[in-house]
Amino acid sequence: MSLISVFDVLGPNMIGPSSSHTAGADSIGYLAQKMLGEPVKEVEFTLYGSFAQTYRGHGTDRALLGGVMGFATDDERIKDSFKIADERGLKYTFIPNDEVEDIYPNTADIRMIGESGRVMTVRGESIGGGKVKIVRINGVEVDFTGEYSTVIVIQKDFPGVVAHITKCLSDLNMNVAFMRLFRESKHETAYTIVESDEHVPPEVRDEILKNPNVVDVMIVEP
Amino acid sequence: MDFKNASELLQVCQENNLTISEVMKQRECDLMDTDMEQVTERMSEVYQIMKASATKAIDKPIKTVGGIIGGECHRLHVLAEEGKSLFPGIMSRAAAYAMGVLEVNASMGLIVAAPTAGSSGVVPGVFLAYQEENNKTDEEMVQALFNAGAIGYLAMRNATVAGAVGGCQAEIGIAAAMAASAVTELQGGSVEQCMDAASIVLMNMLGLVCDPVAGLVEYPCQNRNASGAANALVAAEIALAGKKQLIPLDQMIETMYKVGRNLPPALRETALGGCAVTEAGRECTKCIFG
Repeated sequence: MSLISVFDVLGPNMIGPSSSHTAGADSIGYLAQKMLGEPVKEVEFTLYGSFAQTYRGHGTDRALLGGVMGFATDDERIKDSFKIADERGLKYTFIPNDEVEDIYPNTADIRMIGESGRVMTVRGESIGGGKVKIVRINGVEVDFTGEYSTVIVIQKDFPGVVAHITKCLSDLNMNVAFMRLFRESKHETAYTIVESDEHVPPEVRDEILKNPNVVDVMIVEP
Repeated sequence: MDFKNASELLQVCQENNLTISEVMKQRECDLMDTDMEQVTERMSEVYQIMKASATKAIDKPIKTVGGIIGGECHRLHVLAEEGKSLFPGIMSRAAAYAMGVLEVNASMGLIVAAPTAGSSGVVPGVFLAYQEENNKTDEEMVQALFNAGAIGYLAMRNATVAGAVGGCQAEIGIAAAMAASAVTELQGGSVEQCMDAASIVLMNMLGLVCDPVAGLVEYPCQNRNASGAANALVAAEIALAGKKQLIPLDQMIETMYKVGRNLPPALRETALGGCAVTEAGRECTKCIFG
């Protein structure tokens, strides 16, 4: 479990009305666009549980969309995110899903298409008090919060990749707080997620990409 | 300096002869790679936002997104000004301020989640009212926020503060427990009395469901923030009187969590039960969403 700061209790400083449904939704959207790493051209939100029931009244839709446009939780533009998205030519749809019941109450899937055509689907959970977790990337189950500097490596599940990643990190003198491997099945796509208390040096991405079994590297700073 | 539950917190306080707020502040410095000056400054900003959000609706009503609430804070203020308050002083002020924050929140204004947005009125309401009635400095109030933060941390770590998981008792219940403990410390109460105050709040609000009309954080949320503030003050008063409580705080947090998870989903922020589906609640929902 990540550390809980006194400012997680008395915070975030945020635009209302709901920490889990507005600020948390904004944070999930914000993390998703950071992971995509480029401006979003088109986005589809699927809402589950309480999100599906009450998203309009809590401004969950405006907050998710605001997050995807890079607005932080205390950014007053969240209120006008539909208008701003229209101005930017960003296409968006919301699909409430009442059928899936075996899921965390405040969950959203965000399917994004970036300006370059890059497609990514991220599942996030808003776990209360504005805190969130990313639990799925492109269908693979993962688990991280975005509170730390995070390196996400998409790789093929073959021997030596993890050793390569740790070598790159240690060569660049990066202190690892948490590191975990998630995979679909043997020799398929896997994700290595590394969280650090420190800023990630930009060279990390290029170094890790040198291994032929590494497909992509994303860096998400808090 | 760290602690996982209330009994460890009590032990740390006793071993070091420190208050809850002092321990929580030290914990923040130790674990978050920061210093006293920085955390004090950051908490001062928190208190300034709280003050602004609590006082904004005093003089004039604020229009909210859903439009169910608006103007309650101003009316309570007028009632007190006219000398018609039932309980003039700290209780009247705390109720008005707590409701004012909810008006700001429901208009997509800036607030501090404490611990959540739906419960964001309780701590500022109690704090501002206490400060005004007792001529305390901002510094003293900012210090006491660390005490409130410690109680909220215990709930986040060992239970939940999400209405969707644990109902209103997890949101406004915890907010009121935080305020009760902090006020007890401000009033010179012991560490045990602070914890008793929090424990009393949780038993008095145990089982409270989350059932917002039309799914909006407006009604009954705003009323409940005022009653949460009142609960906090009553609990602090009982705790300060000094008779030890039967059920310790750790056990109340645990039982609050169990009760919360046993609530049916209709009563956990889905707007499918409770006040939300009363005849008046349904009509209101229809008016707003068609």
